[in-house]
Amino acid sequence: MTTPVLSVRDLVVEIPTRRGVLRPVDQVSYDIHAGEILGVVGESGAGKSMTGNAVIGLLDRPARIVSGEVLLSGEPVHALKGERLRKLRGKKMGMIFQDPLTSLNPLLTIGEQLTETILEHLDVTQSEARERAIAALDEVGIPAARQRIGSYPHEFSGGMRQRVVIALALCAEPDLVIADEPTTALDVSVQAQIVALLKRLCREKGVAVMLVTHDMGVIAEAADRVAVMYAGRLAELGPVREVITNARHPYTAGLMASTPVASQGHRRLRQIPGAMPRLDNLPSGCAFHPRCDRAEPRCREEPGPSLEACDGRAACWFPLTEKTEVSA
Amino acid sequence: MSAIVKVEDLTRIFDVSKPWLNRVIERSPRALLTAVSEVSFEIEENSVYALVGESGSGKSTIGKIMVGLVPPSRGRVEVDGVDLATETDRAKVDAVRADIQMIFQDPYASLNPRWTVRDIINEPVSIKGGDTKGLAERLLEQVGLSAVDAGKYPHEFSGGQRQRICIARALAAGPRIIVCDEPTSALDVSVQSQVLNLMSDLREELGLTYLFISHDLTVVHHMADKIGVLYLGGLVEEAPRDRLFDAPKHPYTQMLFDAAPRMDAFGREVDPPKGEIPDAINPPPGCPFHPRCPIAVDRCREERPRLRPIGETRVACHLAE
Repeated sequence: MTTPVLSVRDLVVEIPTRRGVLRPVDQVSYDIHAGEILGVVGESGAGKSMTGNAVIGLLDRPARIVSGEVLLSGEPVHALKGERLRKLRGKKMGMIFQDPLTSLNPLLTIGEQLTETILEHLDVTQSEARERAIAALDEVGIPAARQRIGSYPHEFSGGMRQRVVIALALCAEPDLVIADEPTTALDVSVQAQIVALLKRLCREKGVAVMLVTHDMGVIAEAADRVAVMYAGRLAELGPVREVITNARHPYTAGLMASTPVASQGHRRLRQIPGAMPRLDNLPSGCAFHPRCDRAEPRCREEPGPSLEACDGRAACWFPLTEKTEVSA
Repeated sequence: MSAIVKVEDLTRIFDVSKPWLNRVIERSPRALLTAVSEVSFEIEENSVYALVGESGSGKSTIGKIMVGLVPPSRGRVEVDGVDLATETDRAKVDAVRADIQMIFQDPYASLNPRWTVRDIINEPVSIKGGDTKGLAERLLEQVGLSAVDAGKYPHEFSGGQRQRICIARALAAGPRIIVCDEPTSALDVSVQSQVLNLMSDLREELGLTYLFISHDLTVVHHMADKIGVLYLGGLVEEAPRDRLFDAPKHPYTQMLFDAAPRMDAFGREVDPPKGEIPDAINPPPGCPFHPRCPIAVDRCREERPRLRPIGETRVACHLAE
């Protein structure tokens, strides 16, 4: 098998606080291959954004990687700092943030922002960079790119701004793109446009995409594989169709059942009791056991097993085996 | 079943012009934004009426007009036969005000952080001099929290619990109608299902009527009896839930349904909708949807379609049948 574009191995991120050390990311491992979209889902506080930030080296202090490694095309990048990390970001890794307005500089035209990135990472002249910038805008579907390259971010609508951010993330031709909730701030019709765009670019350019979102619908339509996170750990990892229609981890199954499905009508939603535990107050054993209807004494005492224990799919001592319906 | 809320020809225009001096110096004209444009509908007692639409479609403005937070520019909202904006009889206004309460989108911003939960829940009653003894405790238990929570402050609760407190506050005055503006958009999926189930239970127990404002089609499909689809301030289609989802008649509704991500649509290749919502200050002439509409004809560019009934559906499209 070819070397994956991104390989995360046993990644642990810790935040030392006065009340003790928190672990927003705990023993997370996964790979993303070229041309593949890995969806990362979970509720707020599950550690999905933190994982993305750790990969691209954007952890805010005091959060830090304490163990594990991040390999980009086989090269370790988790220990890089300063200038070497900055060179790598943008060139090898692009990032798309949730709010397109705050991730663009309001004082520079989008052309200036694009050419700056291109000149920084590629060996081209000023005019070539400009042509590349126009091509990049064209690529993400901004009409009349040549005229609009001199516009400022505020002159664009939300969906168009997100396209500019995507162009910015892709203009230096990275191998990996981390998209952190790229459509959450957008309307449904614009969201569909952006998801279609991401899928097309991923396929055409062979970019590996890590798509962080809480929207299962977006995951189902866009992702090839999906990683479900709960309280900092991977609960389940597998092909998207398998995970959604045939969840093995009780948390994934609960998540699917509590999502309203258009074809189900007025029937009562199944609900997972309680809420995700706070990181400073994690229960013993498996973090999901207080909310789990399959919990047994073992779950209270031992932390959940590694994914490998259940065919590499679910971190659960008693995984679901029979077919669970999406809405049961 | 009779209509408890009647909305007739409701229009709200916001003046978004620059200040007077700028207008004189820069010779810029007045800018008027039509947030809600000639919307009419009725809500039946003990039913859930949902308004869906994208940002800028006017759904929240309608909710605010209904509870009296924003006055309408034209048209009227009648609750139990009383028009809040024009009624002069104080007693009638007070009675209707108590009948209609609101739940907001962001449970973090809609609770006063300096008040205890007890004070927050009691306020709608105590402000009128009502008896609040044991009220907060009873309501907290009704919404699935515990009576001892009454002495706590909002920051001690999670998002889903805060939304329960908001619901308890809305229930305190003994309302018959609750306007819910995106009540679960700020919540995670597993918590959203808890809140939606609670709202369904309360509707049955207390005979409540909801105006449910949301952009999320799956949530609307789950909750609503009747749905109105808004586009650029106007109602483009209204139908009972199953009718709307089985056979959407307006091209915008169809576009919205096609674009919504679905959990059972693995790797679906959608032909994404074209264009974006136009500027509400300078809306296109004729049908507001015609620049994005795949089936628009010349008539759509000139004449604004009115809502007309087709079976149980009302639709504002020249071509729908």
